[in-house]
Amino acid sequence: MLQRALIFSSSNPICSQLPTTAPPDNTVFPKRNGGWIIPFSSYQLPAFRLRNYRPSDSAANRPNMASQDEQDPRISNISSAIRVIPDFPKPGIIFQDITTLLLDTKAFRDTIDLFVERYRGKDISVVAGIEARGFIFGPPIALAIGAKFVPMRKPNKLPGEVLSEEYSLEYGKDTMEMHVDAVKAGERALIIDDLVATGGTLSAAIRLLERVGVHVVECACVIELPELKGREWLGEKPLFVLVSST
Amino acid sequence: MSAYRDKDPRIHGIQSKIRVVPNFPKPGIMFQDITTLLLDPKAFKDTVDLFVERYKGKNISVVAGIEARGFIFGTPIALEIGAKFVPLRKPNKLPGKVISEEYELEYGRDCLEMHLGAVEPGERALVVDDLIATGGTLCAAMKLLERVGAEVVECACVIELPDLKGRRCF
Repeated sequence: MLQRALIFSSSNPICSQLPTTAPPDNTVFPKRNGGWIIPFSSYQLPAFRLRNYRPSDSAANRPNMASQDEQDPRISNISSAIRVIPDFPKPGIIFQDITTLLLDTKAFRDTIDLFVERYRGKDISVVAGIEARGFIFGPPIALAIGAKFVPMRKPNKLPGEVLSEEYSLEYGKDTMEMHVDAVKAGERALIIDDLVATGGTLSAAIRLLERVGVHVVECACVIELPELKGREWLGEKPLFVLVSST
Repeated sequence: MSAYRDKDPRIHGIQSKIRVVPNFPKPGIMFQDITTLLLDPKAFKDTVDLFVERYKGKNISVVAGIEARGFIFGTPIALEIGAKFVPLRKPNKLPGKVISEEYELEYGRDCLEMHLGAVEPGERALVVDDLIATGGTLCAAMKLLERVGAEVVECACVIELPDLKGRRCF
């Protein structure tokens, strides 16, 4: 398993050209935490070029680390601190385990700093973190940028009045909830999770916030699994990640 | 015993931000909702600062946070005091080799898990959760850490429900 670190610019013009609709219900859409299969045999290069991504660096030619002048020097340690566990939660799945990153105090600190440097002073008043690993990265970022932290949770965990949003899994559906009075129309928000795979969970979080008139500035994750095309399903919503895992 | 209760001026602000939701998750329960505390950046920061001031410089190398609300308070504390963060999770969430500890619920039992290798013998640890009620979850957390040879220096929570006598576990 090779890991390649990229930093994507939020002003990537490509994003505006991608589809904005959510995946259809009958699509086999793997869920992040179980039941998805990485289509190694069907991996295709993205059809678009990313900013700062030179053609000579395309995955087909050189599937190694992006050249040094393209990435922050802290990324390398962050990437190597992430543990890859095969066949979890079931055979065929390669699980990206961030708990080992949390054991490396410098790498964990650097991870938070990279997000804080990007979002400080951008008038973001809401950091929404997706249960449960979004609760690990979201609160330190929120505290550092002076924003409130809003947990986005599985059903029946939040005690107050909630809004619910369904989203698709490989088999069936799941639901995400948010407290209705946690955010106000016009606020600017960031959504945080540890990893983006298909983008289904992040899309549900975006819809929840937008339903109450919040402007989602960006989604931010530590890891992206580009083969699962989450970036496409987020449409025009910018996505920022630290590590892209192929 | 809390050294801060009734003394630090920040406590009043923190307490006033916690919302009590009656009859959740079932009739008769008064649920202590910390999500409203998280909506106030100053009160949230004060909460974390109070813990950091208490634990910084005490040679604590591990902060263990109990899923899921312990993650919210545990990670900022860990980062500030320079400790590693170890999530203690419900079964089948952690992908690596784990040890498990069962504990009692009102009806039935539940289980807490920790990755093997996350904590080494002799390390000094803090356990963090949002609330202590009966103490069952915190006791299970302490047992997990002690089983791998760590020393649990203290358990730290934002809220205590003293009528449920959680302290008797310690």
